[in-house]
Amino acid sequence: MRALVRRFGGRAALTPLVVILVVCYLGGIGWTIGISFTDSRMVPRWNFDGFDQYIRLFTTPRWITAYTNMFIYGAGVILGTLILGSLLAIALDSRTRFESVFRTMLLYPLSVSFIVTGLVWDAILTPSTGVESMVRGLGWSNFSFDWIGQQQTAVYCLIIAAVWHHVGLVMVIMLSGLRAFDPEIWKAAKVEGITTARTYLHVVLPSLGPTIMTCVILLAIQVIRSYDLVVALTGGGPGVSSDLPAKFVVDLAFERGNVGQASAAAVIMFATVLVCIIPYILIGTRRSEVE
Amino acid sequence: MTSAANTPVEQRSSWLKYLLLIVAALASAVPLIVMLLTSVKTLPDVQSGSLLALPHSFTLEPWLKAWNSACAGLTCGGVQVGFWNSVKITVPGVVVTIALGSISGYALALWRPRWNGLLLMLLSLAIFMPYQVVVFPLVKMWSTANIFGTLFGVVLVHVVFNLPLITVLFRNFYVAVPGEIVKAARVDGAGFYSTFFEVILPMSVAPIIVSVILVFTNIWNDFLFGLIFAGPTGRPMTVELNNIVGAVTGEREYNVDMAATLITALPPLLIYFLSGRYFVRGLASGAVKG
Repeated sequence: MRALVRRFGGRAALTPLVVILVVCYLGGIGWTIGISFTDSRMVPRWNFDGFDQYIRLFTTPRWITAYTNMFIYGAGVILGTLILGSLLAIALDSRTRFESVFRTMLLYPLSVSFIVTGLVWDAILTPSTGVESMVRGLGWSNFSFDWIGQQQTAVYCLIIAAVWHHVGLVMVIMLSGLRAFDPEIWKAAKVEGITTARTYLHVVLPSLGPTIMTCVILLAIQVIRSYDLVVALTGGGPGVSSDLPAKFVVDLAFERGNVGQASAAAVIMFATVLVCIIPYILIGTRRSEVE
Repeated sequence: MTSAANTPVEQRSSWLKYLLLIVAALASAVPLIVMLLTSVKTLPDVQSGSLLALPHSFTLEPWLKAWNSACAGLTCGGVQVGFWNSVKITVPGVVVTIALGSISGYALALWRPRWNGLLLMLLSLAIFMPYQVVVFPLVKMWSTANIFGTLFGVVLVHVVFNLPLITVLFRNFYVAVPGEIVKAARVDGAGFYSTFFEVILPMSVAPIIVSVILVFTNIWNDFLFGLIFAGPTGRPMTVELNNIVGAVTGEREYNVDMAATLITALPPLLIYFLSGRYFVRGLASGAVKG
């Protein structure tokens, strides 16, 4: 009797979660993959035409720009936050005065919406209101800083705003990794007369491989998902020069009425995420089997 | 904690460390300062001076306009409409997600259903999946169910996208709960639900606080789902804000824009400044999975 209650109790409790996972996630993924192999335009219809949507996608200049931008933006965001975040974590690791003040100031960007981040950085990076006019006001009347208005450089503006937004995340994850580091090794290094900088570079950081990996994966997921920031900061422009895949998909599905093409692009995004996380999921599953 | 005493602090690098921290903290603060300063300037003041200049005359006019009467296209109701919509979306979203997430996490952790491994794998997939992959099919499903463009529909979308992470967060917390506690309750004749409500829930204060912060911030800051699922009268604050700032007719009023931006950022900022420790734990829970 008790076993019965137990079994049915547990099953009923998990029903909403399982329904959501199966219907919304698996169902949704299956639907999108299916539609990406059809010739659907405005209205989804099940008229299969093989890989046509994918071939068309990779001959569309806007998609090629968006997909290439994702790698430029991704490299900039991941490298920028990792280097800055690690340096800040190291600075906070040793006995530091006002540690909580610094942490608070470096972490608050994570709490605000990407729309907020985008709009503020728009004001800062737009020449007529931001850095350019400020420096000109100081006397350098020829100073020019117009990355946001140039096709080749607009994507760097996204990197600046995203690094500002995410650097605290890397900092706290790296800090917890550093704090878990065996103090005996520090003592040993000190006895050997190895400098702090070299110990960090050659001993501590290499041993934090998994922690760094976690940061890279979390950031990569954020990069691939980035939608709001582009909308608020550059709108994908000038032209489509700072477009990203997430925006391409939403625009095509909801504004251009091209569901087939949007689905193919979404599948490519999904495949990119899978390449990033499959090692992570495998490690996680193995760990929970060991438990 | 203990490592602080063991980690070497070399005098030579000490000033460099503080220099780095101070410069970084200031750089980090710049956008907040820009929002604050600009939002209390008059428009001529904004146009004549630099972003970081102190206001010549302090005014709250931009805040009032941003809240009451800033225009997005033809409607001029300020961000307050969006604010209340966001409240209506966020509060039930947080409550439902955490109610479902805690009991699902409990079921996964302590009662170990068959398919446990498969479910965990699906959860990881759901947590990492880009939203764009399923947004369109969800719109189809929501339309079919006649909930597209309704408050209920938006709340449900948020539950769908927050539940996997919150379930894993609670599951990881409950995995660490000693099995004896549950066994003792079971010996006393407590079933699945009575064990949960009488034994497990009272010891879950920490993960509940962490998830409230996490889900509140996620839903409040959302743009994509509000934009697509909310319908014209139910748009959340982030969407209203973007419309107001984007609707340039004539001269751009940066002071009003920045006031509206700051008002939108205030609720999550307040939560962050009041609950820093728990906020950080919520962040880390995205990184720590089972």
